[in-house]
Amino acid sequence: MAENNIGSDSKRVLLKGNEAVGEAAIKAGCQCYFAYPITPQTETPEYLSRRMETENRVFLQAESEVAAINMVFGAAAAGARVMTSSSSPGISLKQEGISYIAGAELPCVIINVVRGGPGLGNIEASQADYFQTTRGGGHGDYRCIALAPNSVQECYDMTMNAFDLADYYRMPVFIQSDGIIGQLVEPFEMHPYKPMFEKLPPKTWALTGCAGRKPNVVRTLYMTPADGLEQLNRKLEQKYKKIQSELRWFENYNCDGADLIIIAYGATSRIAKSAIKKHNGNGKKVGLFRPRTIWPWPDVELVEIAKKNKNVKFLVIEMSMGQMLEDVQLALMDIVLKKDILFYGMGGGWNPTPESIYDKISETLKK
Amino acid sequence: MNIIKTQPKSITTESTKYCPGCGHGIVLRLIGEIIDELGIREKMILTAPVGCAVVLYDYMLCDVVECAHGRAPAVATALKRVHPDKFILVYQGDGDLAAIGTAEIIHAANRGENLSVIFVNNAIYGMTGGQMAPTTLIGQKTTTSPSGRTAKGMGKPIRVCELLTTLEETKYLERTTVHSVRNINKTKAAIKKVFQNQMNGVGFSMVEILSMCPVGWKVSPTESLQFIEEQMISYFPPGVYKDTD
Ligand SMILES: Cc1ncc(C[n+]2csc(CCOP(=O)(O)OP(=O)(O)O)c2C)c(N)n1
Ligand code: SF4
Repeated sequence: MAENNIGSDSKRVLLKGNEAVGEAAIKAGCQCYFAYPITPQTETPEYLSRRMETENRVFLQAESEVAAINMVFGAAAAGARVMTSSSSPGISLKQEGISYIAGAELPCVIINVVRGGPGLGNIEASQADYFQTTRGGGHGDYRCIALAPNSVQECYDMTMNAFDLADYYRMPVFIQSDGIIGQLVEPFEMHPYKPMFEKLPPKTWALTGCAGRKPNVVRTLYMTPADGLEQLNRKLEQKYKKIQSELRWFENYNCDGADLIIIAYGATSRIAKSAIKKHNGNGKKVGLFRPRTIWPWPDVELVEIAKKNKNVKFLVIEMSMGQMLEDVQLALMDIVLKKDILFYGMGGGWNPTPESIYDKISETLKK
Repeated sequence: MNIIKTQPKSITTESTKYCPGCGHGIVLRLIGEIIDELGIREKMILTAPVGCAVVLYDYMLCDVVECAHGRAPAVATALKRVHPDKFILVYQGDGDLAAIGTAEIIHAANRGENLSVIFVNNAIYGMTGGQMAPTTLIGQKTTTSPSGRTAKGMGKPIRVCELLTTLEETKYLERTTVHSVRNINKTKAAIKKVFQNQMNGVGFSMVEILSMCPVGWKVSPTESLQFIEEQMISYFPPGVYKDTD
């Protein structure tokens, strides 16, 4: 895919997280965008309806999320860079299609600006789609890469990265943001497209009409295990293992020598950092471990930190009833007692404040 | 020796998995002949449905994408938007198009996507073993309407051509059948028209083909021809429903 730089050099601009996602898609050469309106992500389709038109690319408001994801499937099969965005209930509807995309090994970018659930829930920020995103989501054995931005800058950078990762590994890549990060307005550096890889594999499998070659087929049906479904599952498993060893992004803020390490991603990590800044200097040291990829999860790095810090406690903070908590427990199960992994969170669109986290830190350190 | 017909070049020599007497095989043959006549094999992308025609890629020598159940019109919309110069063929059964995929076909038609749709209406779910379809006739017995379909509680069979005529962006709608040679020839002409419309940029064009499913209907192949003649065509009258050319 040719590099597609629009505009000249970097400039500092002010945009919403959801809009930065749209602009990054434009810069990364996204040729097609299909979506259905839902709060709190609607700024992305609104932004792209204008930008895609001026760039002469495909923007289509689909009749449903089901149609949108199947349009993504079609555009990806045709060899185009393609993106869709939605929020929790819409992502639930897309899951059948995402399973097909993963099974057919097609690249695409999916934005989930998570809101409160279950059901219609509410339009407040939430992190309760963690399981849905990191465990595959639809039917069958598959995974999706999931990048978790906590700033408008990261919304922009990670969306660009997502296109490259999708093409490189041939699979769906999620940007898992939330109602706070999506709605956040802050200045960021709007730089030209920075490709992650020098070269991406050519899309020899794409459907372009079979002139001069054998017909290409994009499929997910294999009637018997021996017919190829077992083989496909093994192949996917190998790919996922490779990604787990190559792609564990995280931020370590003050974790070395900490008495307490907060583990949080997305909006909660921003709020936690404010609380930590306020707290440090009170004698005890508090750090923040922030996964920037929530699948694969940076477990090796957390274990390294845990091994260095004797007697350290962990506090997982999530805008859910405790979903990433399970990944932390899994990562640390051989070296940390379960009672030393604490949880602070709530579902339904709740969010912590720097003050409430500050109090929680003080309480935990007193014990 | 005088060779009158040969196997279309766009079709593989592999024998199909369709049951004896199935209408899908006739439609496949017609599509193959027309692709050859129009010389579009290397320019086309076919969307295969979920249903008995799912493995169309085993039978046809062109690029194929196998779609989720009912979603072919959405997939095809994207294919056509990415490759406006390619010929995109949509192939769907009645469960696929008129039940689970109702929204996708209506909205693709309403947007006036420049697509060619082949809709094979056999009044039953063939692949899953003969359950009631949205097009199953009143009184018709299926494995999920063992006493026969009733309007009360199950609704009446959906007439797709008639339904789509109300959408102003649809350009060509015709219903044909493949239960006799004369009608097979008419079907071929209709398919060709639907293909040429896309090539000429006319817009959304569909042919609905009444088709035999002797196994799903639990009748002999001969009886299945009679079923279309005596039962189906009175409820689903063949004819051109829209032609804006
Ligand atoms: C989401 C989903 N639901 C149900 C099925 C099961 N299924 C496979 S084929 C089919 C019916 C197909 O009937 P039709 O479209 O009439 O095609 P035919 O087999 O008669 O040609 C169903 C319900 C499926 N594959 N996917
Ligand atoms: S079940 Fe019916 S539609 Fe399917 S192959 Fe057999 S006859 Fe044809």
